[in-house]
Amino acid sequence: MSKNLSGIAASAGIAISKVFRLETPDLTVEKETIENVQEETDRLDAALEKAKGELQVIKEKTKNDLGEEHAEIFSAHLLVLSDPELVDPIRQKVKDDKVNAAFALKEVSDQFVTMFETMDNEYMKERAADIRDVSKRVLAHILGKPMVSLAELNEEVVLVADDLTPSDTAQLNKDFVKGFVTDIGGRTSHSAIMARSMEIPAVVGTKTVTQEAEAGEMVIIDGLEGNVIINPSEAELNEYKQKLEDFQEKKKEWAKLKNELSKSKDGVHVELAANIGTPNDLEGVKNNGAEGIGLYRTEFLYMGRDELPTEEEQFEAYKKVVEDMDGKPVVIRTLDIGGDKELPYLDLPKEMNPFLGFRAIRLCLEKDDIFRTQLRALLRASAFGNLKIMFPMIATLDEFRQAKALLEEEQEKLTKEGTEVSDSIELGIMVEIPSTAVMAPQFAKEVDFFSIGTNDLIQYTMAADRMNEQVSYLYQPYNPAILRLVKMVIDASHAEGKWTGMCGEMAGDETAIPLLLGLGLDEFSMSATSVLPARSQISQITKEEAEKAAEKALQLNTAEEVKQLVEKTFL
Amino acid sequence: MAEKTFTITAETGIHARPATQLVNKAGQYESEITLEYNGKSVNLKSIMGVMSLGVGQGSEVTIKAEGPDEEEAIQGLDEIMKQGLSE
Repeated sequence: MSKNLSGIAASAGIAISKVFRLETPDLTVEKETIENVQEETDRLDAALEKAKGELQVIKEKTKNDLGEEHAEIFSAHLLVLSDPELVDPIRQKVKDDKVNAAFALKEVSDQFVTMFETMDNEYMKERAADIRDVSKRVLAHILGKPMVSLAELNEEVVLVADDLTPSDTAQLNKDFVKGFVTDIGGRTSHSAIMARSMEIPAVVGTKTVTQEAEAGEMVIIDGLEGNVIINPSEAELNEYKQKLEDFQEKKKEWAKLKNELSKSKDGVHVELAANIGTPNDLEGVKNNGAEGIGLYRTEFLYMGRDELPTEEEQFEAYKKVVEDMDGKPVVIRTLDIGGDKELPYLDLPKEMNPFLGFRAIRLCLEKDDIFRTQLRALLRASAFGNLKIMFPMIATLDEFRQAKALLEEEQEKLTKEGTEVSDSIELGIMVEIPSTAVMAPQFAKEVDFFSIGTNDLIQYTMAADRMNEQVSYLYQPYNPAILRLVKMVIDASHAEGKWTGMCGEMAGDETAIPLLLGLGLDEFSMSATSVLPARSQISQITKEEAEKAAEKALQLNTAEEVKQLVEKTFL
Repeated sequence: MAEKTFTITAETGIHARPATQLVNKAGQYESEITLEYNGKSVNLKSIMGVMSLGVGQGSEVTIKAEGPDEEEAIQGLDEIMKQGLSE
């Protein structure tokens, strides 16, 4: 009997393969009395060496695939393994107490874990997890139950796991891992983002897949719809083989559009750009023929580390992106931290309503030393390409003016210091807060462009926390209220000869695209892998019919009616 | 014995990355090297020892080295300290 599960479609595509369960072996340790101390210490040393070897491989692979900063965590892990304060007490214990190495290791590492866990500092508490991770790896080798190593896969599989950790994803080999499915996670969780950038089909958040799927069973995952079928019937297999073929066929068609401009059927050009998080995403941007970068999320530079990035580090990252894009526009968003994105080392107080709290531009204007460092790095990088700057979470004109004033101060300082800065940097804002959408005509006189951040604009307009599953039905991109706000923003920008882009999920959504084209959106910024499908879709629609549909949609009553209208007219 | 005292100016104090650099450097010397802070002394060749001190911004720390290459050790560690940790 086949079993059907549904989850969140995290990365497009279809995979049909055997289940490979990624799980931690049972590492229960019993205390044993030993006779031969030498034998036991040798066992410990061998396990330490093996663990170091593995970490070294993971570190190198991460460095090559994801960059230096992501590999640093593994340098720290390696140091833990050679730490005399950890290793010597274990040896001592084996020798003095005549106990097995596994038990000694567990005792000593648990002491450190407890010590770090009880420290009065979030950052130190997280280090407890590192120690636990590293000692598990060694323990597994002592017990002769090595952790499943993804690097050693030699046949095609679909991974089934509770969740994928960064060290798991760093080891994924695309030749063998055809897709993955997890119990937990959402579209924006680490594993989902990774899957999209590696172009591996994925379904996350199924809640129960690890309970349902046995190793070696056949499984189909549909990363387009979010469906998972375990032990599919003959008929289901055939259906999905066909679907997979169609998808690959479509991909080939899309690939032909890689070097084309994005134009509607009647020849109206719009810009299709990509969203990126780090310079490592540039490859995907090029492979998918994006015409620019509509959103460079700079917060990744600040995340997964324990101190602020320096001006120099930031400058290098921004410079690399604008240089690589070779004159194509690159919109860089200044630090958008707070809400669901935390920086442990800033030690910000916990808030009742983080999405309505001290975040993004609010935080940057208050902690202006952090902000100035970023602005200087951006200004310096502007001399190397087509760099545009945008501020997130702007709610009032005052905020924009303050941020702009800081930018101008830094620009003046740099010029005095003799540093070259572009004199034609466009300066824009994210429109995520309804007050800003409503005041767009006033903003349009002072900003150079708008970029609509739909994920937040929808949650603020509908007053529905997008992390709360119970109100997720209110996350309605097609609600006429949202469409009307979008129209206000676009119209306001055009009235002043400015332009409007969109960089939320909605910009790459096939139901929204015809409407946005009709509303006059100038730039669509999306996951790189959505660019070609969007280009293909736009080439089959005339601007005129899109305008008509948009006009109609604005007058409809509900999101459902809008959806039906688009489906009937275009899909 | 050689020693030197530093005031930590880095906003985040001695956290993983700088700690990693210090420990790596200390491991290159034969001398016994300790890091003292707030009355506690730890082995500077131990990443967990260093991190367990929880050295924050503005803290005063002393590095002591004893052994055949104690002078070189202090000098080498001084260079790491100056790369953003201390003035």
